[in-house]
Formats: sequence, C-alpha cells, structure tokens
Amino acid sequence: MSFDIQKIRKDFPILSRKVNGYPLVYLDNAATSQKPQQVIDCIVDYYSNYNANIHRGVHTLSQEATDAYESARKKIQTHFNAKEAYEIIFTAGTTHGINLVANGFSEILKKGDEIIVSAMEHHSNIVPWQMLCEKTGAILKVIPMNEEGVLVFSEYEKLLSKKTKLVFVNHISNALGTINPIVEIIEKAHEVGAAVLVDGAQACSHIKPDLQRLDVDFYVTSAHKMCGPTGVGILYMKEEWGNKLPPYQGGGEMIAEVTFEKTTYAGLPHKFEAGTPNICGGIAFGAAIDYLNTIGFEAIEKHENELLKYATEKLLKIDGLKIYGTGPDKTSVVSFNIEGIHPYDIGAIVDKLGIAVRTGHHCAQPIMDFYKIPGTVRASFAFYNTLEEVDALVTAVKKAKMMLS
Amino acid sequence: MTIEAIQEELIDEFSMFDDWMQRYEYMIELGKSLPLIDENLKTDDKLIKGCQSKVWLNSEMKNGKIIFTADSDAIITKGIIAVLVRVFSNQKPQAILDANTDFIDEIGLKEHLSPTRANGLVSMIKQMKMYALAYQTQLNN
Repeated sequence: MSFDIQKIRKDFPILSRKVNGYPLVYLDNAATSQKPQQVIDCIVDYYSNYNANIHRGVHTLSQEATDAYESARKKIQTHFNAKEAYEIIFTAGTTHGINLVANGFSEILKKGDEIIVSAMEHHSNIVPWQMLCEKTGAILKVIPMNEEGVLVFSEYEKLLSKKTKLVFVNHISNALGTINPIVEIIEKAHEVGAAVLVDGAQACSHIKPDLQRLDVDFYVTSAHKMCGPTGVGILYMKEEWGNKLPPYQGGGEMIAEVTFEKTTYAGLPHKFEAGTPNICGGIAFGAAIDYLNTIGFEAIEKHENELLKYATEKLLKIDGLKIYGTGPDKTSVVSFNIEGIHPYDIGAIVDKLGIAVRTGHHCAQPIMDFYKIPGTVRASFAFYNTLEEVDALVTAVKKAKMMLS
Repeated sequence: MTIEAIQEELIDEFSMFDDWMQRYEYMIELGKSLPLIDENLKTDDKLIKGCQSKVWLNSEMKNGKIIFTADSDAIITKGIIAVLVRVFSNQKPQAILDANTDFIDEIGLKEHLSPTRANGLVSMIKQMKMYALAYQTQLNN
C-alpha cells in the first residue's frame, strides 16, 4: 500500500481539532499515540455487542468475547513472532510487566548476584530493580552512556560476569530516541548465563521486533503507544521462564484447583493473569496492531525518518539550540534546549500556538543529571505527522525564543 | 493595600490585553520585578515541590506582616510567582489565610492551575498559606 499521509490523518479524528485557536500539532507521541477510528470503533463494538466476562461463561456472549480476546493474543504473537501464544501475557502496561518480572526474580536472586541496567532507563525501569536489590541483597550496576546519548558497549562487556543474573535495557530511549543495540546486548548477556528483559515501550510504534530472532527472555510494551488504548500491554516471556517464575498476584483466573489446603496454579499465560483482565483493551490492542500493519512498518519507518531528518536540520538552524541524543541510530524523537531558556517556558508558549510537546525530565532524571540540565523540550513524531507540522513547530520555537530572550 | 485591592488592580491590568501573547509578555515583565530571594537562601528546604521548574520561596515576619521573596529558573514561572508575591507579600498572616484566589481565573491564568501543568502554581499558593499558618500559630501562642 502506498503511503498516503492525508488519508492516514483522516483515520485520526482528534487530529482535526483545534487547540487555543490553532490546528492541533500533536508531537507528544512518545508519551502516548493518538487512536485511529478503527480502534475506537473496535472499542465501541465490544461494549455495544459482545461485552461479557471471558474464560468461564458457557453462554454465547462470553464465548464471543473469549474468542476475540484470545484471537488478539494470537495476533500479537504473530506480530512479535513469539513461538507460542501463551508466551504473551496481557498486562496493564509496560510498568506492570516489569514489576511482574522483578517480583518473580525476588525469589531467584541471592545476595551478591548482580543485575545490570542502562544509564538511559525510564524511572519505571530503575525503581523496581532498586526495590528488588534492597529485598534480595543483589547489586545494581549501570551501563554508562556517552555525550551522544549512546551506551558505551565496552563498559557493558566489562560489567558482565558469572554473577550477572539479569540485564535490563530499553529498546529505545524515551528521552533521547537512541536505539540500543539489543541484539548484541542479549548475545553478550547469554554468554554469561544472564537473562535479558527489554523495555519496548518506545520501540513498538516505530519498529517491529522479532522476538524469536532476538532470543530475548522478556519483552514488555504498552498498547497505548501503538495506537491502542491505555491500561493494557504485554509481557512476553520465554516458556521456560514462564514455568520458572512464581505467580505475581493471586485471584480468579490464575488457578487450576482451589481447596483450603492447597491451590494449584493454572498454566501459562493464565498463571500471570489473575482477575478479570482488560478484555476490551486486549481486543482493541489487536485492532491497533492490525491498523499499524495495514500501513506497514517499512512505510512508517521511512516517513518517520524523513520527519526526524527534516526536524533536526530545521531546529539546528535556530541559534543556541542544542539537541540531546545525537547517536547514529535513533527514532523520531528530538530532545532539545535553547541556551539560556528553561524548557518549561518554551513548552508553555508553543502550547499556546496549538503545539503539544513534552517538557521536563521525561521520567529519566539520570539522563538529565548526566547532561546537567533541568530537562528538555521533546518533540516526538509519529507516522501521521507531516513536514508542515515540523515547520509549525520550528516557527513556534522561534517565536518562543523571541519572547523569552 | 488589602489583598482584595491588589487583586482588583491585577484584574484591571490584565484586562487591557487582547490576546495571550500580550498577557505572557506582561507576565515575563512582572517576573523581572520579582523581589529576589537571597542567593544563600536558595537551599533545598526553600524549594517548592511539584514544579517542573525550580521555585525557591522565602518568608520572614516584619512588623506583623509576612514578606515573601522568591526566584525561579523559568521565566514564565517567575512571572506567576511575581503575581502571587505582589498579592500576598507585606500582608498579615490571617489576611493571607482568609484570602481567596479566584482572581487567578480572572486574569487568565486558570490553565496554570491545572495539576498537569506541573508548574506548581497550586503548590506555590499552598506554600504561602502554610507559611501564613505557621506565623499565625506563633502569634496565637
């Protein structure tokens, strides 16, 4: 299918609204993506026609809902090329998935074991591990990054040893857009027998990871960054890990048999899916993946790279503007500051001009500490953004600069 | 001047502007007039939590009235706090405690009240009222 940007934009009702009297220019896609009509329709259809609890009712509605939910799981399995559908565990989102794994490892780690995280993690990928280390006596090590916002691979290799039990790294940095070399990171970790969890929250709207080829142990992501609804995501875990890790929460759905003496747990994936799940969310996640695949990830990548290149060139022409995250492999995120101006001030003024960007530390304070800055202005582009919108951003930033200096 | 009178004055001033840009430019101007906190008082315990930009706020009692000084690393935030200092500084603690803050809406700064803006306007007002409460409690004892 050819990439028709105007046709694509028509799929997203929100893109035609105005903000503060200006057409909305939505450049906060790294925080959450907008939703196409196809996904909105799917949600309406679910609640209008076959809302029911799943996996237990024998009645028709429950069957239909169960079929739709499980077929979404299959869709997700196919999309990410997982070996089995039951290796896909529905979660409330990336953070939930990370905590589920961290909780499981609290039973496995011993004092003196080591876990490695990268210096460019989101807070949600730092805090659970700190808690885990406090609980188990394991030691947290950090892969440093360089000025370009790229991980220093040789330092990573030095950190690895027989003591390393786990490596956690994001696929793509939310604050900088850097794509991390996860293939090599996974390979090296496996050489010392460590497991790897990759946080794909920022990646999956831009690229299509092949989980079997990556040979990753755990992979987490959220639907809402991929044109799906909030409150749902997935945790992929290799079957062997699924059998090894203990359940996270007790409740309905995750049991095989319950007596007051003993409960036996259900198999994968239900062991990790206690309680009534976000049924509609799971189904709509499937619809979002269908939508993205109709456009095609190759076309998405090509268009987004064009936006990134154009925005980088245009923004750098503004005097005193500095971009953070300048590595060779990055997605369509431009994190920047203008000398002498606080990012918050820029964000407040461009918002008045209808432009949605993010300002602040982007839940990645260690990165801001590294650069010794309070935060950045972050424009993050999606496939439905246009070159004209980049122009609007650049004009707005220039206006802000004029007002503020 | 009473708090109400100062608020009326601000509403008057801001009503002269036709659009947001003039309003923001005026706020930036106001920010420049902010009575600055002493550099050596810019310590962590003077920082107001909940702001994307840093805001330091200091208070002292002089002749039964609270004097506020402040600073911020962001210009618009500085303008906002300048407005608040103008309203609440040099006032008796009880008057600060009794004051309502509806004028913020009327001068077109309502959007800054939203917690998602994370600029801490709400936190700033709360902190000023906390200081007032502390001083008032001292006076009562």
